[in-house]
Amino acid sequence: MRITQGTFSFLPDLSDEQIRKQVEYCLNNGWAVSVEFTDDPHPRNTYWEMWGPPMFDLKDPAAVMQEVNACRKAYPNHYIKVNALDSTRGWETIRLSFIVHRPKHEPGFRLARQEGEGRNIRYTLHSYATDRPEGERYSVDGAGPDRNR
Amino acid sequence: MTGAAKRTIKEGKERYKAGVIPYKTMGYWEPEYVPKDTDIIALFRVTPQEGVDSEEAAAAVAGESSTATWTVVWTDRLTACEIYRGKAYRVDPVPNQPNQYFAYIAYDLDLFEPGSIANLTASIIGNVFGFKAIKALRLEDMRMPVAYVKTFDGPPTGIVVERERLDKFGRPLLGATVKPKLGLSGKNYGRVVYEALKGGLDFTKDDENINSQPFMHWRDRYLYVMEGVNRASAATGEVKGSYLNVTAATMEDMYERAEFAKELGSVIIMIDLVIGFTAIQSMSKWARRNDMILHLHRAGYATYARQKNHGISFRVIAKWMRMAGVDHIHSGTVVGKLEGDPHMIKGFYDTLREPRLSASLENGLFFDQDWASLRKVMPVASGGIHAGQMHQLLHYLGEDVVLQFGGGTIGHPDGIQAGATANRVAVEAMIQARNEGRDYFKDGPEILEKAARWCKPLRAALEVWKDITFEYESTDTPDFVPTPTLV
Repeated sequence: MRITQGTFSFLPDLSDEQIRKQVEYCLNNGWAVSVEFTDDPHPRNTYWEMWGPPMFDLKDPAAVMQEVNACRKAYPNHYIKVNALDSTRGWETIRLSFIVHRPKHEPGFRLARQEGEGRNIRYTLHSYATDRPEGERYSVDGAGPDRNR
Repeated sequence: MTGAAKRTIKEGKERYKAGVIPYKTMGYWEPEYVPKDTDIIALFRVTPQEGVDSEEAAAAVAGESSTATWTVVWTDRLTACEIYRGKAYRVDPVPNQPNQYFAYIAYDLDLFEPGSIANLTASIIGNVFGFKAIKALRLEDMRMPVAYVKTFDGPPTGIVVERERLDKFGRPLLGATVKPKLGLSGKNYGRVVYEALKGGLDFTKDDENINSQPFMHWRDRYLYVMEGVNRASAATGEVKGSYLNVTAATMEDMYERAEFAKELGSVIIMIDLVIGFTAIQSMSKWARRNDMILHLHRAGYATYARQKNHGISFRVIAKWMRMAGVDHIHSGTVVGKLEGDPHMIKGFYDTLREPRLSASLENGLFFDQDWASLRKVMPVASGGIHAGQMHQLLHYLGEDVVLQFGGGTIGHPDGIQAGATANRVAVEAMIQARNEGRDYFKDGPEILEKAARWCKPLRAALEVWKDITFEYESTDTPDFVPTPTLV
């Protein structure tokens, strides 16, 4: 399956040039861009790991692309997304968020049902990948991220 | 009427002689009055009866919506009655509409109970609309002072928190109303929900008249719908929702349904406008207590909002609903099958989404309005829209909107999932193009064609609905057209 979180998941994976244009749009709006990664893509896993803090003072899309690529290199088997954070009064939240990298194989989720009274069912989403420890979830050999590359 | 009687009679013995005197002279017409920052101001479109002058008609509206009755009452003298009188302070002829006038009326803050739409409306629209001295009356706009706005809770969730909760940013949300409106069993109904959400929509929706009918009881619907929602969530890794309509005959029934929706883990419930203002505020408080997004279907509004000479403008309803506290409200599509002049719709959307409004006559906004941090309401565009209009929808409605494609999803020739995918691909492609700086409004058809080359469902959608437009003249249109700026 293909996890379709983020703004552009129904499009073919964005090229680096396409990502750069989106980043440029964010920077032109005065938003701070951040890069985050995870190997637990549960829809309610709000806190992906931060690839450093949001780049508040960075104005050059090329520099953001360097960070994206560095993160890809360190975590080739993780999900990586780019967020844009708007500090404008009344927003003060994410304004754009899209996946820029994903593991080759996405096993997806099992839906667990707990039957209760009156036909009531409690649903739980379980990510198959999280059966393995953090950092070993998506790599083929289970060796985790290659930090030396 | 003598010359003297045309002037306001000052307080005192003469003013309170038993009998009937014109409203104008009773203190309800005060052209020198300067509204206070804390006054509530209402703007009415008044069509006086033959022989009634515009100022008297305006004064009559001010009187009947505040302290007056048809005759003088001495008991006024027991009160600081000048404070409690509504004061008509300005009357302008409506451009190009003979015998129609815009009447501005100011009301002191203390005429109203804090935090009660029911009380506000009982005054402002309570009696006056049937008043004999006027032929027709329309409440066009209201200015709510910050002091009054602050007595309302506003939307329980609001656009910002809704997006954070759903983890969806930077594009319009997509929905579909389950069709046919009536007759599906719970099991069949949940099938539509599952297919539409798995295919790429964020929300599905009960229709306004789906409550608990013989063909499908509410509990059955909720159970099957939540099965569909959770299955789709597992299939996509996204948060999904379906507006479970809790509209019912009594508050007790509505609370019971809302509690069950919560128990099942739904992120959103829905109510109809016809449940009434008090019930809406009650459900808003419930939603706030239970972290629930509250969707409002404006069922019934066009009975009084559409015709220009009589009723209530939707922009006033939009203001009341932002104060009463709903998170979603249907507000027009511009391009779809339902009424919607582009300027009027912009006025409605701005009213719901902006932190403050500047008066803009071309968009029907007569007043500056500061919303004092009341959260933003997500407008919903629904009714006769399809993927082929995506560039127009984004242009007119912006990205903070729910686009509801009911027929435009379920009517897709290759099935519901394909219909949903077509809509999702269309919106993502359009947002991508917009962000890249393209003139997406002009190039929209080209952008969609390009995406349709690799997306078969979009190709089929564009093919089947390519010529579908609804071009009828709008009824609810602005009275002021912008004067072109001379260079």
